[in-house]
Amino acid sequence: MDDNHIVEIRELVKRYPVGGGHFTALRDVTTDVVVGEFTGLVGPSGSGKTTLLNIIGGLDAPSEGSVTVLDMPLGGKNHKELAHLRREGIGFIFQTFNLLPVYTVFENVEFPLLLMGMNGEDRRSAVNQALEWVDLMDKVKSRPAQLSGGECQRVAIARAIVKKPKLIIADEPTANLDAENSHNVMGLMVNLNRELSTSFMFATHDEKVMGYLTRIIHLIDGRIDEDEQVSKPKYREGK
Amino acid sequence: MLLLKLALKNLLGAGTRTWLNVAVTSFSFVLIVFMSGFYQGFLEYAQQVTLETEVAGGAYWHPAYDPDDPFTLDDAHGIPPGPVSEQLAAGKAMPILLTQGSIYPEGRMMPVMVKGIPPNQNIVTLPTEVLGEYTGSAIPVLIGAGMAHSAQLEEGDVFTVRWRDAHGTYDANEAEIVSIMRVENPGVDMGQLWLPLGKLQDMLEMPGEATYVVAASGAELLADIGEWQPKPVMFFMQEYLDVIEMKSSNAKILYAVLLAMAAMGIFNSQVLSIFRRRKEIGTLMALGMIRSRVVALFTAEGGMHSILAFILGAIWGGPLLFFVATKGIPLPYDPTEFGVIMAPRLIGVYGIGMILGTTLLVAVIVTVVSYIPARKIAKLKPTEALTGRSN
Repeated sequence: MDDNHIVEIRELVKRYPVGGGHFTALRDVTTDVVVGEFTGLVGPSGSGKTTLLNIIGGLDAPSEGSVTVLDMPLGGKNHKELAHLRREGIGFIFQTFNLLPVYTVFENVEFPLLLMGMNGEDRRSAVNQALEWVDLMDKVKSRPAQLSGGECQRVAIARAIVKKPKLIIADEPTANLDAENSHNVMGLMVNLNRELSTSFMFATHDEKVMGYLTRIIHLIDGRIDEDEQVSKPKYREGK
Repeated sequence: MLLLKLALKNLLGAGTRTWLNVAVTSFSFVLIVFMSGFYQGFLEYAQQVTLETEVAGGAYWHPAYDPDDPFTLDDAHGIPPGPVSEQLAAGKAMPILLTQGSIYPEGRMMPVMVKGIPPNQNIVTLPTEVLGEYTGSAIPVLIGAGMAHSAQLEEGDVFTVRWRDAHGTYDANEAEIVSIMRVENPGVDMGQLWLPLGKLQDMLEMPGEATYVVAASGAELLADIGEWQPKPVMFFMQEYLDVIEMKSSNAKILYAVLLAMAAMGIFNSQVLSIFRRRKEIGTLMALGMIRSRVVALFTAEGGMHSILAFILGAIWGGPLLFFVATKGIPLPYDPTEFGVIMAPRLIGVYGIGMILGTTLLVAVIVTVVSYIPARKIAKLKPTEALTGRSN
């Protein structure tokens, strides 16, 4: 694997059993993601965006082909090894935030570090830093139910970045947010991308998100239709 | 340790949902202990009543006497052997004479067991002294409340009693009920007609004879008494314990049903709770928690449920059980109608062993029923759990 690559995908095929046959969600997908890229998977519903993100994140397994993430070939890996990859190297941001409802903001952000076994002092410091990044220090004791949608997604971002992963996977991160909050959370992610060189991979069909992407992979019917480098993203410099 | 902290945090953080589950489990705890205690209390009371009203310190049986075969009564009578007579004279035993008979209250015929007992005895707790106080011309008779109820007899009623004497001749006379005793032991109540021993001996022409002799509680039961058979307390209680054993098998089925119902309730609420949290489980897996830890987390939550349920059960169930153990609960109907020994107030007997055993059992069940759905859902692919889909 190239040192600069954090994701390498070769001839990836993903099929799902449907009735007596199967549905092919991804066909012969071959691509790489390099460090620091701000990449979006774009396409209509059912084009395979989420499936591709799930496979890269080790949440789902390929039917054919090879996928290597952070130097780990995912083929043949058991669930413990995949869990280790997610725990140590990948941050996730979900469309519906997926915050743990009984935990406070602080505890939600702290949770990935607890799983990593980080000691208390380092943990508190990392959580505070992450919450400062997303400007939620005044909400540390709040629970998700007490937050707005934008605040919830900022907590989710803090949770994803708190362990400083090399790759953050975000599935439709702005789908449940209004325009202002969408620009806010995208602005946060752009800053993190710049400051920490964290690579981001999005699945989206939100024009606002596309305005921040430096690379757009167009998927149609499970195939890469176009792989576009964006030299001047619409919102990136201005926001 | 981390899992326990997380489990406790999840439990307390879930608020109403947790306390609803805990309340249901605590109800199961208390109900099972409550029922077990009642059964234990019922058994202990039944044994105590049997000892006090019937068995006392054991008995000496005439060699022909077989309580299960009424036809042996024709021959099962005689003068107690010498050593037993000495105990009789010392007031450490009392003779009982039995015969079969019939009574005819208001023209209805009812078969009865006619029993002669010394009116001044103090071996068993039957109010036989009233038999000695009777001054009328009829045969004084003492019956139990259950018998009175079933035969529709009242104190002062006079009816015909018929019996067969030592020569096989049928005889009859008027009998008068001098008292109706309230006694919880149906063995000395239902179908039993208690007469003064001397009177029955005269009626049967069996002077000085008895069918069996009841020894006083604490009196030494003589072993070498010839043909008469000494029957120690354990003989009677063994018979009783056999019945208890049979009944306790039934009770075990009842407990199993109770536990199964409690377990199903807990299982339902746990399944509902865990399946409602599929997305949360998917999130935990996405964040890197391995399946076994997810299962352990949810199982630990179940185990903690049972601990909280035990504490809650102790808070509300403790005073309730204490009240039941000390004051009892009055029966809404006459216990003499049941045909089994029942106290007028049901008193629960709650031992430490029973409470701890029940606690442990319910805790294990709660933990197991938490483990099963957690294991099932942890087997889902993270993507399926995240979207809330299941197989």
